[in-house]
Amino acid sequence: MHPARGFIDAGFTMDAIILQILNGLDKGSAYALIALGLTLIFGTLGVVNFAHGALFMLGSFCAVTLQKILSLSFTVEDPSQKDFLGNPLKVDTPYIVSWFGDATGNAILNWSVPLAILFAIPVMLLVGYVMERGLIKHFYKRPHADQILVTFGLAIVIQEIVKYFYGANPIPTPAPDAFRGSVDFGVLIGFAQNEIIYPYWRLVYFLFSALIISAVFAFLRFTTFGMVVRAGMADRETVGLLGINIDKRFTIMFGIAAAVAGLAGVMYAPINSPNYHMGMDFLVLSFVVVVVGGMGSLPGAVLAGFLLGILESFASMNEVKSLIPGIDQIIIYLVAIIILLTRPRGLMGRKGVMEE
Amino acid sequence: MLGLSKKDTTFLLIVMFLTLATPILLQPFPEASALAQFNAGYPDLMQRFAIFGIFAIGFNILFGLTGYLSFGHAAFLGVGSYSVVWMYKLLSYNVLPGLILAVIVSGLFALLIGYISLRRSGIYFSILTLAFAQMSFNLAYSVLTPLTNGETGLQVYTDDPQVLMDAASPTSPHFFGIVMNDVSKLDVGGWQFTFSNGYYFCAIIAIVVFYLSMRIFRSPFGIMLRAIKTNQTRMNYTGLNPRPYTLAAFVISGMYAGLAGGLLAAMDPLAGAERMQWTASGEVVLMTILGGAGTLMGPVLGAGFIKYFENIFSKINDNILHAWFSALPDGLEDAIVFLLHPFIGKGWHLTLGLLFMLVVIFLPGGLIEGGTRIWNAASGKNRKKKQDHADHHPKPSAHVN
Repeated sequence: MHPARGFIDAGFTMDAIILQILNGLDKGSAYALIALGLTLIFGTLGVVNFAHGALFMLGSFCAVTLQKILSLSFTVEDPSQKDFLGNPLKVDTPYIVSWFGDATGNAILNWSVPLAILFAIPVMLLVGYVMERGLIKHFYKRPHADQILVTFGLAIVIQEIVKYFYGANPIPTPAPDAFRGSVDFGVLIGFAQNEIIYPYWRLVYFLFSALIISAVFAFLRFTTFGMVVRAGMADRETVGLLGINIDKRFTIMFGIAAAVAGLAGVMYAPINSPNYHMGMDFLVLSFVVVVVGGMGSLPGAVLAGFLLGILESFASMNEVKSLIPGIDQIIIYLVAIIILLTRPRGLMGRKGVMEE
Repeated sequence: MLGLSKKDTTFLLIVMFLTLATPILLQPFPEASALAQFNAGYPDLMQRFAIFGIFAIGFNILFGLTGYLSFGHAAFLGVGSYSVVWMYKLLSYNVLPGLILAVIVSGLFALLIGYISLRRSGIYFSILTLAFAQMSFNLAYSVLTPLTNGETGLQVYTDDPQVLMDAASPTSPHFFGIVMNDVSKLDVGGWQFTFSNGYYFCAIIAIVVFYLSMRIFRSPFGIMLRAIKTNQTRMNYTGLNPRPYTLAAFVISGMYAGLAGGLLAAMDPLAGAERMQWTASGEVVLMTILGGAGTLMGPVLGAGFIKYFENIFSKINDNILHAWFSALPDGLEDAIVFLLHPFIGKGWHLTLGLLFMLVVIFLPGGLIEGGTRIWNAASGKNRKKKQDHADHHPKPSAHVN
């Protein structure tokens, strides 16, 4: 197989198309997860949350923090080894390794990103709860512009606090060794070897996001709590009149939305080393995704997330770029404009949402 | 005077006075004093006040009057800058052709974007404008490199044609021989005042466009725009099509933004794509809302507020803090400096974010409302009004408990 094949004659063959779909899935998963959280918040509380990107970023930094905590180490002088000056070599041993022994300790360190999921869930739920009770609560009756402004201010504050503690540089947060490298995906679905190569972790990310999305939908669909929340999304006042404390449930939904964004961030850390402004980078695109999907529509947000992610990766194919120069830079916005002009409420939007 | 009511004429005269006297008013502390840090009377910053003031005034014509929240106005800012630099490259460093071209090009660009975006309202309009601006930004970085010089930014090179240049013409931006960067300094006592050509050029343009926006606010056209903000459906039922009015407002505010972008390039002959990024659009939204959307003076105040804090807070460092608190006992001094450290220098964004939040939480109408409240409290109007309110209206109940 010639290495340059992809450039020369791969064209729009089946394997190239599958590869691009796969490439679009991981970014699409991130868009879908963030947009899902945004829509949950908008659909329940009617708040446009510009700090949602910052929550995604906080999730990534949960992974960084756990990695740092786990690799806290003490230094001992090892007299059996000498450094180049002839002094005893100083060896850093993480506490974890000394407590659990070499094998277990290193395994825990190695798996710090997946472990961070357990760490991030309570943290993000708490962050979401505090944010809603402390700040957002006071903005329900304010115009959307005020909500945007205050959450934008909050996003700046969160971002700067993270920058103060972690610095401005991206912090590499590797995936476990078991998931490094790539899977030969083509072989699994009947193609020749080395046709479709796909990094393991991205596959994990896609499966993980599919799991989270299904969990959120199942939670809303099959639990009493979810039923009440859905009823509240449709008609908050009536649910309130039935004697249900809908606000308390919406607060919890805010926490869940924050946790969804956080988990998206945790698992994204190995794909893109966390830095303090990654939230802002995702925020704008996620808003486009939400609007394309239709404000307030959860399936719409997920659909639009994957759709735009996949379209973006198709547009970055060399064949497409040579046809329409620069298309990879603008495809998402172009699609957003076309969809908004042809389908006024996005793909699956409800009538009368945010049109005042 | 000039078609304004007596009250407005006074207002305009006050604004003119404040604008023209800015180099003196913003220099309240003597050069040698510790508080000289807070002086804002240097040309670069004052020009930014004027330019972003123009940008915000224009944005306010759209957002403040019609309520259409555009997230793409930075595109027009960028287009304005590029036009001016292209005129430098092709003709000469005279800013006038560039500024005229900037206004025309950004007006046409706004007509195109506005015509499409105004088919939708609410957040859909915001996202459409955002999408257009981000497209312009991304294209300026990639495919349009021949036109925009990509990441390097557009600038004047020695081998550019510059057909109108002769040996005598200045080699930096000028207005018929008045070089923008020239300053004259005046020392009075301990104070030093800097009068720069560039600032006065921007200031005079700012006064003119402020006057124009005042006329728009008071005109039947302005009232029509307010009607659109208040109740578009009702306007439709009375047989009026709001689209031409909103489109006109959009184009006017786009031209203001183009003018501001052009002036940015008139101060510093550079144009970069980052001026078109959504953060720049967000900034003008923040300025307008922070100052008070829909008021004449608010956006200018908001622009000044943000640019002032951006410049001043980023300049303060630990040594300056130590100097301020040196009178205190050592331990206390270190503690205070330690506590303030995250908020200054590189951390000024944090301060700005917190200030935003405080203003939005406690002053929903922006700085103007804050000023009105203080004025009312001082003159005793507030108490009377509150009582009146309590007598005639039931207390509004909270929507969310």
